Amino acid sequence: MSKSPEDEHPLRALGWAAKDNSGVLSPFNFSRRDIGADDVGIKILYCGVCHSDLHSIKNDWGDALYPIVPGHEIVGKVTKVGTNVEKFKVGDHVGVGVIVGSCGNCETCKQDLENYCPQKILTYNTVDHDVTKTYGGYSDTVVVNKNFVLRFPDNMPLDAGAPLLCAGITVYSPMKYYGMTEPGKHLGVVGLGGLGHVAVKLGKAFGLKVTVISTSLSKEKEAVERLGADSFLVSRDPEKMKAAMGTMDYIIDTVSAVHLLGPLLGLLKMHGKLITVGLPNVPLELSIFPLVMGRKLIGGSAFGGIKETQEMLDFCAKHNVTADIELIKMEDINTAMERLVKADVRYRFVIDIGNSFA
Amino acid sequence: MSKSPEEEHPQKAFGWAARDKSGVLSPFNFSRRVNGDNDITIKVLYCGICHSDFHQIKNEWGNSVYPMVPGHEIVGVVTEVGKNVTKVKVGEKAGVGCLVGSCGSCHSCADDLENYCTKQILTYNARYHDGTLTHGGYSDNLVVEEHFAIRFPENLPLDAAAPLLCAGITVFSPMKYYGLCKPGMSFGVVGLGGLGHVAVKFAKAFGMKVTVISTSLSKKKEAIEHLGADSFLVSRDQEEMQAAMGTMDGIIDTVSAFHPLLPLILLLKNHGKLVMVGAPDKPLELPVFPLLLGRKLVAGSCIGGIKETQEMIDFAAKHNITADIEVIPMDYVNTAMERLAKGDVKYRFVIDVANTLTP
Repeated sequence: MSKSPEDEHPLRALGWAAKDNSGVLSPFNFSRRDIGADDVGIKILYCGVCHSDLHSIKNDWGDALYPIVPGHEIVGKVTKVGTNVEKFKVGDHVGVGVIVGSCGNCETCKQDLENYCPQKILTYNTVDHDVTKTYGGYSDTVVVNKNFVLRFPDNMPLDAGAPLLCAGITVYSPMKYYGMTEPGKHLGVVGLGGLGHVAVKLGKAFGLKVTVISTSLSKEKEAVERLGADSFLVSRDPEKMKAAMGTMDYIIDTVSAVHLLGPLLGLLKMHGKLITVGLPNVPLELSIFPLVMGRKLIGGSAFGGIKETQEMLDFCAKHNVTADIELIKMEDINTAMERLVKADVRYRFVIDIGNSFA
Repeated sequence: MSKSPEEEHPQKAFGWAARDKSGVLSPFNFSRRVNGDNDITIKVLYCGICHSDFHQIKNEWGNSVYPMVPGHEIVGVVTEVGKNVTKVKVGEKAGVGCLVGSCGSCHSCADDLENYCTKQILTYNARYHDGTLTHGGYSDNLVVEEHFAIRFPENLPLDAAAPLLCAGITVFSPMKYYGLCKPGMSFGVVGLGGLGHVAVKFAKAFGMKVTVISTSLSKKKEAIEHLGADSFLVSRDQEEMQAAMGTMDGIIDTVSAFHPLLPLILLLKNHGKLVMVGAPDKPLELPVFPLLLGRKLVAGSCIGGIKETQEMIDFAAKHNITADIEVIPMDYVNTAMERLAKGDVKYRFVIDVANTLTP
């Protein structure tokens, strides 16, 4: 008979979990494994609230294993290291992102692309190697294999840096892979939320001209004056969209709602690239003609490997790129989730874990 | 008042043209411009019949201007060269593909990608710099700017190589651009027609392992025994398709009919590429999840620039790649079009213009 979450591991842990697809979170006692030779024990200080957390707790993707402790934008302090751990020591500030394990042997893992390993273990809601379930960062502690822990740059604020561990790498990885970083080129960012606002900042850090493409004119001032976007395009304005046709080298599409790809493809120059990192749950309509006539491409990307996540953190530290956040206490999480559904946040909630779990 | 096709230029020409969207072709007298300083004149020997010819004579793309002399897989012998011409000499063999003009000054032209120039001039059914309508290779001769002529190596059989000028470059260009040309890669070809069969041959020449993906099991023997494909997948066979999931580095999709993309995307390995060169006229469905989870991409490509067309012809000559063709006389062309509509050709009709086009 399987043990209860409280008993399955030796170390007590406290978190907030969703128990069913209402997605309502509440206090939850569970346990963490002992710090093994290759493990790092972490006291969690902050955890970002990613839109994926919301999808998971509501079982939008049909794979929920309740109770779910979400959270994969984790920043904390090392409390203990296993005997084989050389990179980290007690007291270091570290991060944990979307994955905490992979097979380590496949072609993909050998290319430092653990995020595409067919046996990857996600930080929460996945069955781990030892057949127990993983629990994420809406909790006081976590124990993670050393290969999946990120060094947090000294000059990076812990709270505002936390969302980079998912939102940051999710846009950074495809920007590098698809070659969307040539200074002077023109990047369009569709959607100005957690992913989108980081994409704008990264785009500017790469020396790109950045246009935000959004359904809401209300976001223009913010996008241009505060985030540093060079221009703003309202996607529901057919005249403005037409005037902007064929002007962009790249587009990052962060929108998960169903939307039209045709007008976005039209914005691209010849040989332009549209990269989608949002996850609509139904297929989108795609006209092939514009792809063929303009030699354009649509590609996908899913967060990033550990090596490139570290590279992204170091790049962001160098260029002072962090997320724009609203700090909340753990007990406010359900209200935050309701606001997240309405996209009522600029642009990421971050849970002040350190000050929530007394 | 605009002049008649026979009078608008000084040199007589004769071909077969479609007069209306019935697409029926018949003899047609027209004219060609004088061979200018940068031009060459080609006496047409062979012209391939491309599926685009079929679409255009029937005005399926809504932009046909009649009368229309189709044909953009043209091979012939040079009969005149302008004084600035250095590419070819009189008596040599030359080809003309889909383009006979471009602006020459945009980024695309500067990158030898005339096929993406917004002012490109197609070999037929387009307006030339002088405002007259271009007419293609179902005709006895044409005058073309040197830049747009392709030198033909001696060892390439002219009739079987003519289709390379459109079908060949249409698959060769994206295979190179998207890096789907490395030895040992696993490559899928969807659709075994004019484009598909040439893609199989190029892929084998690149040293790749090739799988043909087709709706018809009847094409299997041909694909493997004659074209050299390594394996064959019947796309309607769910078990076979499932067993092949995640095995291909790249796929070229030559099919213009409406079809599902999801099974093809699933055939790709992580970081795999699905390249579309057929252009279905209705939108397809793009499942986004599998693109993200496997970092895959769907891309398009359209013919190729002149420089890479020359490169493709030279590559084909080196590797003895030509199309599989059925040579027909000019007056068979309407029957050929009817058979083409049913996919009843292995795999390209080529008109023996020089021997059968008689006024």
